[in-house]
Amino acid sequence: MKFEGRVWIFEDDDINTDLIFPGKYTYEPLKSEEMAKYAMEDYNPDFAKQVKKGDIIVAGKNFGCGSSREQAVTCLKYAGVSAIVAKSYARLFYRNAINSAIPAIKCPEAAETVFQKKPMKISIDLAQGKIFVEGQEFFFLPLDKQAILIFEAGGLVEYTKNRLIREGG
Amino acid sequence: MGYTLIEKLIAKASGKKEIKSGEIVFVSPHRVLSHDNSSAISKTFASMGAKKVWDANRIFIALDHNVPPPDERKALNHKVIREFVAEQGIKYFYDCGIGICHQVLPEYGHTLPGTIILGSDSHTTTHGAFGAAGIAIGRTETASVWAIGETWLMVPQTIKINLHGRLKKGVSAKDIILYIIGQLGADGADYQAVEFYDYLEPHLSISGRMTICNMAAEMGAKTAIFPYDEITGEWLRNRVKEPYESIKADPDAEYERVIEYDLTHLFPQVACPHKVDNVKPVKELAEIKIDVALLGTCTNGRLDDLEIAAHILHNKKISQGVRLLVYPASQQVLCEAIRDGIIEKIISAGGEVAIPSCGPCLGAYGGILAPGEKCISTANRNFKGRMGCKENTEIYLASPSTVAASAIAGYITTEA
Repeated sequence: MKFEGRVWIFEDDDINTDLIFPGKYTYEPLKSEEMAKYAMEDYNPDFAKQVKKGDIIVAGKNFGCGSSREQAVTCLKYAGVSAIVAKSYARLFYRNAINSAIPAIKCPEAAETVFQKKPMKISIDLAQGKIFVEGQEFFFLPLDKQAILIFEAGGLVEYTKNRLIREGG
Repeated sequence: MGYTLIEKLIAKASGKKEIKSGEIVFVSPHRVLSHDNSSAISKTFASMGAKKVWDANRIFIALDHNVPPPDERKALNHKVIREFVAEQGIKYFYDCGIGICHQVLPEYGHTLPGTIILGSDSHTTTHGAFGAAGIAIGRTETASVWAIGETWLMVPQTIKINLHGRLKKGVSAKDIILYIIGQLGADGADYQAVEFYDYLEPHLSISGRMTICNMAAEMGAKTAIFPYDEITGEWLRNRVKEPYESIKADPDAEYERVIEYDLTHLFPQVACPHKVDNVKPVKELAEIKIDVALLGTCTNGRLDDLEIAAHILHNKKISQGVRLLVYPASQQVLCEAIRDGIIEKIISAGGEVAIPSCGPCLGAYGGILAPGEKCISTANRNFKGRMGCKENTEIYLASPSTVAASAIAGYITTEA
């Protein structure tokens, strides 16, 4: 489960859900692909145009604070973001990220190193709990193996669906 | 190194022997709680291909948000829930009027010390008053718990808060938690558990502990717990039928922070618009005229809350032009308050007593503010527009005694 991605550096703390997905769109009946067009609009207007599949966001403290809106996670996922590495997350954003199968990794040391060295790319090994930044290795607590199953299923709805089929429910 | 209370409760609910903060584990709750949102949850449940709920005896649903339903759409929403309850054989369903989910759950013996309660409501933290861990989850997650009986949780770090001293007359649990939120900030406990230790003389009542745990959500806490003691045991005695374990934290548990508060010199507090951590002592406020005084809800709608307000309102009249809205937390509370003459005192003073429900706290309907109006409220959020109207409205949060005194004076005060 090791993968490499281009890095987007969002060095600020407290990047809130309004900056990630503006409130004015939250009550519009948008498809997930359409939500991606507004990703990070009020923080970095170029992001949605330039982001590529597999890119990794590296952010500061309390990423995703504010509202519980699931669109803040959905828009990043459908924009192609493969993982987020941050110093910390707001609780509901973190939960939504796991349930939507996008890796949200808490690793303040790796984030700080990325802010200083500004690498083009970094690699992540989810199963082993490692981030590789220009030859340096950083460890994070790997997810419980059951949480990894949610990732592999593609999110909580799919995970539950598969489990029910498997268990004959 | 020993374990904190939340570490022990999560370990027990996940069947693991040892866990540490930061780890993610799967837990099966003692109860999973939802309310009027159960209709939306049932739709997600169906989209997961689920046919039968995992355990019809562990799902708890109380209708409290839009009670009685104000329009056809919300009435239909309730109908969908009743049909789902009947079809699935859900045992613990409490229809409109019985009370607010966080009050009904313990009243009917569902909140057991030592257990995990998951709830599709942000104020599920309330159940920590009973030595349980009440933890809020989202709607999709609730649907998944209905289907498979478990969900994942990250084991949080814990802040230990020790409450000391003797409260002044007119100061209550609400003032304590408003003060603490003001000190720690709206994200002061984000993703963390809080253990509260009650060294006050006299100790807080269960009702006061519920107020504190309820509002801990407003500083981002994942859960807030008062460990089981003789006060918990006394309250639960005739309500809980099942055996339970009174789990406590280890003496050498590792805390993120330990905070001591001596509350002897605390004055009545108020959270000013539009953030819950914008807290000031009432006496520092200029004369702020009010239009509405809201007494009740899941934060402060219990018997002692109504009683203290009735005591202040007795043989007095509320200020002309002020509406005093009263929302008891449950039918049981309302019946006791009628029996004790509390309701009569409130009505004689000019109060409007409503059916036990969430009422205007979340601006669904009933008691909505008009543009430019100001409200003093015992509820838990003062966000802009929370009570249904954004246009120059202001919500101030305070204790039942401050709300009652302000209703009489017509402006925010503690002097009746």
